[in-house]
Amino acid sequence: MSDTTKEPILSVQDLAVTFDVRPEGAWPWTKPLKLHAVGGVSFDLKPGECLGVVGESGSGKSTLARAIVGTVPSSGGRIVFEGKDLAAMDVRQRRGHRKDVQMIFQDPLAALNPRMPVGDIIAEPLVTHYPNTPRAEVKARVAELMERVGLLPNLINRYPHEFSGGQCQRIGIARALILRPKLLICDEPVSALDVSVQAQVVNLLAELRRDMGLSMIFIAHDLSVVKHISDRIVVMYLGRFMESAAARKLCTRPEHPYTQALISSVPIPDPVKERARKRPVLEGELPSPLRPPSGCVFRTRCPKAQDSCARNLPAISDLGEGHLVACPFHAPAEVLAPA
Amino acid sequence: MALLEIENLTVTFQTGDGPVNAVNGVSLGIDTQETLAIVGESGSGKSQTAFAAMGLLAQNGAATGKVRFDGKNLLELPQAALNKVRSQEIAMIFQDPMTSLNPYIRISDQMAEVLTLHKGMSKREAVAEAVKMLDAVRIPDAKARITMYPHEFSGGMRQRIMIAMALLCRPRLLIADEPTTALDVTVQAQIMQLLGDIRREFGTAVILITHDLGIVADFCDRTLVMYGGQIMEEGATTDVFASPSHPYTLGLLKAVPRLDRDDDILQTIAGEPPDMSRLPKGCPFTSRCTFRQDSCADIRPALTDFDGTRRRACHVPTQEVA
Amino acid sequence: MFPEKAVVDGLADAAHLAEVQGRSLWKDARIRFFRNKAAVASLVVLIAIGIFAVFGGLIAQYERDFIDFSLMGANQTKGTPSFATGHYFGTDSSGRDLFARTVQGTRISLLVGLVGAGVAVVVGTLYGAIAGYFGGRIDGIMMRTVDILMSIPFMFVLILMLVIFGRSILMLFIGIGLISWLDMARIARGQTLTIKNKEFVEAAVATGVSPMKIILRHVVPNLLGIVIVYATLLIPGMIITESFISFIGLGVSEPNTSLGALISAGAGQMQYGVIWQLLFPLFFFIITLFAFFFVGDGLRDALDPKDR
Repeated sequence: MSDTTKEPILSVQDLAVTFDVRPEGAWPWTKPLKLHAVGGVSFDLKPGECLGVVGESGSGKSTLARAIVGTVPSSGGRIVFEGKDLAAMDVRQRRGHRKDVQMIFQDPLAALNPRMPVGDIIAEPLVTHYPNTPRAEVKARVAELMERVGLLPNLINRYPHEFSGGQCQRIGIARALILRPKLLICDEPVSALDVSVQAQVVNLLAELRRDMGLSMIFIAHDLSVVKHISDRIVVMYLGRFMESAAARKLCTRPEHPYTQALISSVPIPDPVKERARKRPVLEGELPSPLRPPSGCVFRTRCPKAQDSCARNLPAISDLGEGHLVACPFHAPAEVLAPA
Repeated sequence: MALLEIENLTVTFQTGDGPVNAVNGVSLGIDTQETLAIVGESGSGKSQTAFAAMGLLAQNGAATGKVRFDGKNLLELPQAALNKVRSQEIAMIFQDPMTSLNPYIRISDQMAEVLTLHKGMSKREAVAEAVKMLDAVRIPDAKARITMYPHEFSGGMRQRIMIAMALLCRPRLLIADEPTTALDVTVQAQIMQLLGDIRREFGTAVILITHDLGIVADFCDRTLVMYGGQIMEEGATTDVFASPSHPYTLGLLKAVPRLDRDDDILQTIAGEPPDMSRLPKGCPFTSRCTFRQDSCADIRPALTDFDGTRRRACHVPTQEVA
Repeated sequence: MFPEKAVVDGLADAAHLAEVQGRSLWKDARIRFFRNKAAVASLVVLIAIGIFAVFGGLIAQYERDFIDFSLMGANQTKGTPSFATGHYFGTDSSGRDLFARTVQGTRISLLVGLVGAGVAVVVGTLYGAIAGYFGGRIDGIMMRTVDILMSIPFMFVLILMLVIFGRSILMLFIGIGLISWLDMARIARGQTLTIKNKEFVEAAVATGVSPMKIILRHVVPNLLGIVIVYATLLIPGMIITESFISFIGLGVSEPNTSLGALISAGAGQMQYGVIWQLLFPLFFFIITLFAFFFVGDGLRDALDPKDR
């Protein structure tokens, strides 16, 4: 669905986000530690494209989302949305940005104010940006959207706790779409949902994207879901860029050792295939983001790690067709196929 | 003879909004050294089945039926005898290890307590045994790290400690309730591999309770699918996945996106999981089922044997479900 | 197996169905509260006391400051509670009608409690919510101010104020209002810290809602449960404080009175065999406090069912 000739709607260049973390028991005046949540991440998003971002917990994928929405300040690099640098925006432009970029959250119930009826929740962005909209029109828009996302519009006065998880996520989607945004950022939108409901929401998102021409960033830890909905996938580890490629290519012929390990860790619901698979299980656990390893952050768990990995930041190689990989020792591997 | 046999188990919770039937007439059995998966979504009653069998229901819950372990009905056992079974014969691990680890006590003391209490070991023997067990679950440098507190370990390490603790008394049955749901995929792969190795090494039977069809496929001999507090179907894992005999299993398998396939749209199961306080009289899946017949809403299908080794609860003939 | 279609058709049919009324968390809490018998009984008692305090004067046979000189000095024999004389609760040592005085005392005590709690709810909640929501330096300055105010021995200051500016109900209100919100601010701030990390607040920030709107629309309504509970438990504390001040003779000035002042007078007269002078105000005092505590408990169970 991506069109290579078009200008990107969003361009993230060498983005870095750091948080100040106060060590336990420190004095108020001691210098806080720097937590590098995201470092050196770059990608472009074409209009109408869906970009998947995959990573485990602590990979910085949620922070990346918040930096693009603008709720977390970046400490380095640039986020350019429709040709405008996010950091250089004035108050008015920033308001416009908030209107064009909307977000869907992981925990469907926690993302809705429990004291507000769903009609008010869905209407909030509209009322915030167009305070003079007549009430009748607001209500009509809300009802229209509720119907669009598969909710009965006559439930407009109900409260979030009266809905199931899947329905709450639909409410969240309706709220995100009421301003007709250009970019929709989904942060783990289905990971809190049951399998049978998960598929409904994934299909709804895919359908809305097609019908409304949305650009989308779909963040999740579940590679199978991301692969299903995305055109292109970016793999992150400990806040750093690992690999990006077209969704199918990334899953069938990954080049980076981490992507390969990730894919071989994903279980496939098919006993015959699953039992025939050879799976090199990744040893060890995620290092602390407060003290990331020098050089390549993945080297402590990498089966291909060499001495040089500790010294140099891995260069990013371009393998063509948008396939980028941050590993000097990259090599294709068919991890999905049986051994 | 089956190691654990559950017969016609029902679990009812008394809540402010009236009684909730979490489990309705579940019967199952597991043999020694077997692995059984109980698969279901949230509210399917899969965890409550295990909790009821172990006598771990919440205050407002009550269980009826029979849970036979070694010829004893666990539901009628006095507290002291039940504690003995629970600590030495059946062990359980949970999704969140922190709920069963005391954050203020060192791992060494928590593990040694189990052994001094149930095996009459001295403190020193018990700690030595605990270190051995931590080595078995591949915690690096176990000897030094055993004196640390639970919060000093990562999520994956804590789950390893839980498994080590569960295995201390060499139980014959291990019940794992969503053991990897809170973990990352790479860590999940480690833990599942560990559980497999441990099972072979110790000869423990395992009941794996999960919503994830993926980990079931590799790990379990037999799979049992639950929905709305009832068993939908049961059979050898390979059979259930290759030819699901119940519309719910079929729908579930088609609804999961798969890495090894490229499908444009996922087939979905319409509707929402049932409200457990207002279950329909018939099959709980009726309202979401594409194969439903007139009788489904009123008559609850019985769990009947077919193909020799499998069981299913559905009015629709097997060959029509595909 | 494409049931989506059927669902969509169903939606179109249902679109013109009547709107369903939602069941808000407040309504849920109300239902739970009315299931709690002790709390409901206490609420009834409180309402009765309220009616007594407001309309009790209408059935009193005497003005509260009317001194029956014929009774003066003969209180023990002639001032006993009686319907015949119209002194339902008897008279005090000055021959004033105790019923009328108890009505006024209850009114003042309730007023002190309600004003104190009212200030705490409005000022404390907003102050705490603002400090907690903005965090950082603003939070630091605002909460250190609270710490400083709290470290001042307030009873001492209140007594000084009453001595310097003279005893008046207004002064009492100002004094109690000044300190009552401090605890509430701390509680509200603590709660705000957890609420502001909820995803619905993040959603509002991301969509561009202004900070004050977020505080009023998203933070405060979710604070109110705990604030209301704390406020109902705060009222008895206020009443006790006022009673103590009146008891040591610094509260409201004659001819006005409060329950504390009445109890003080009654206690002083106990030895002369006029026990009713103590018992009637004491009865209202204790009943009021008990009722507030039970209602507070009931509200806590109703508004925060997880804590049970």
